[in-house]
Amino acid sequence: MLQRTELFEVHQAHGARLVEFGGWEMPVQYTSIMEEHQMVRTKAGLFDIAHMGEVAVRGAGSAAFLNQLLTNNIHKLSVWEGQYTLMCNDLGGVIDDLYVYRIGEHEYLLIVNASRVEVDFAWISQEAARHRGTPLEVENLSNALGAIALQGPASQAFIDGCFDSVTTQPSTLVKNQITSAKLGDETVYVARTGYTGEDGFEIVAPSALLAPMWKRVLEAGASYGCKPAGLGARDTLRTEVCYPLYGHELDETTTPLEAGLGYFVSFDKGGFNGRDTMAAQLSHGVLRRCAAFKMTDKSAPPRPHYPVWSVGPDAALLGEVVSGTLSPTLSMGIGMTYLPIALAQPGTKIEIEIRGRRFPAEVVKKPFYRKAS
Amino acid sequence: MTNVPSDLRYAKSHEWVRVSGDTAVVGITDHAQHELTDVVFVELPQANRVVKAGEACAVVESVKTASDIYSPVSGTIIEVNSAVANNPSLVNTDPYGSGWFYKIKLSAASEAAALLDPAAYGAQIHG
Repeated sequence: MLQRTELFEVHQAHGARLVEFGGWEMPVQYTSIMEEHQMVRTKAGLFDIAHMGEVAVRGAGSAAFLNQLLTNNIHKLSVWEGQYTLMCNDLGGVIDDLYVYRIGEHEYLLIVNASRVEVDFAWISQEAARHRGTPLEVENLSNALGAIALQGPASQAFIDGCFDSVTTQPSTLVKNQITSAKLGDETVYVARTGYTGEDGFEIVAPSALLAPMWKRVLEAGASYGCKPAGLGARDTLRTEVCYPLYGHELDETTTPLEAGLGYFVSFDKGGFNGRDTMAAQLSHGVLRRCAAFKMTDKSAPPRPHYPVWSVGPDAALLGEVVSGTLSPTLSMGIGMTYLPIALAQPGTKIEIEIRGRRFPAEVVKKPFYRKAS
Repeated sequence: MTNVPSDLRYAKSHEWVRVSGDTAVVGITDHAQHELTDVVFVELPQANRVVKAGEACAVVESVKTASDIYSPVSGTIIEVNSAVANNPSLVNTDPYGSGWFYKIKLSAASEAAALLDPAAYGAQIHG
């Protein structure tokens, strides 16, 4: 039985097409992925991301615990700031990628992938048990809280009007800052972040408030062309900016350095889970890396699991596509794949096998798309 | 309500056939293009290929999915629509006209008559 968010009936009323994603029945599109993609790139779109998980970490021992648990440096965060980070096992394999927000002196909120909530919370609880003796509490709030994401350049023009009162005008937040606001008497959090490569905001609210919050944002954004957008567009949007999706670019046998996410690993903060493996990779170099590629001839769009080949007389199977789609912005087939480091350089020719035939592709610099600043 | 022209025959798998003498033109229905949404790629069969009714012989792709197209009738492919290969959105904008897939020389004329008539296909998609 698939899980449903509090917005399920709202999606049905909007005429959404629903699909399974990470154990949840979620809207893949409302009208068309192409339209919703362009809407988010040029105006604004609203996504249901209530399937994602939330974990609270509280107590005076939180920062030390999180710096052991996660790869980024938690001490970079002032209260009301967040960061992208990764949670790794002892061998440096990625258990999940997540956002962590500091919402109090000793209080943090972790936003994790829907498909990883159970695994994550088991791991976090087990790791927390090793910090016994320090004031530390972890709580899985995934059922109590949910989130929606307002994304697109027009978002900042109407976000402030989506609440009954605000602590700080959300439109004045800088990237990765978070604030609290009120809807009725209830507290919600608003962060300037997202996963589409556009400006935008994610709103974390008690589950019961998601439907009224959703309605409020669509009403405030109606004159700006803001409508619901589905996970189909979310996937094409994040692929164009080469953001990883757990289960595609990331898994427990892949390190953040191999994934090209070394920027989010802080080696100067002291010990953390997986550090030894990653430090060795840092000094000796990784053997393989997640590379972006584009199709260079007319072909069907590349899709996950399509085989990837080297070119030439002794062409060899290199691996498979981890993410692939037609890019609605660029109108060409784009994707990502893990390649031996010597082949992971821009300009390298590779081939993608589509229904038994190989089509030429070329490794390119990430990302495919960057918003005008 | 999607369009089901009265002069065509239909397969349950959402292809249409326009028979003219011993040849037929094949495409996908308005209902099918609506379900697929934005068609971004069409892969057509090679000319001269011999296909059996029910055989997968083309592929239509939206942003998210690749779907096989099954020939509703048996015969030899005599022409393919290069315009739709170059401009796949024709499948969305004109599924019964310029969005056609291929022309086939029928090897068993009785097959087309056994396909769904417009009323039966309409009942399938609206029922």
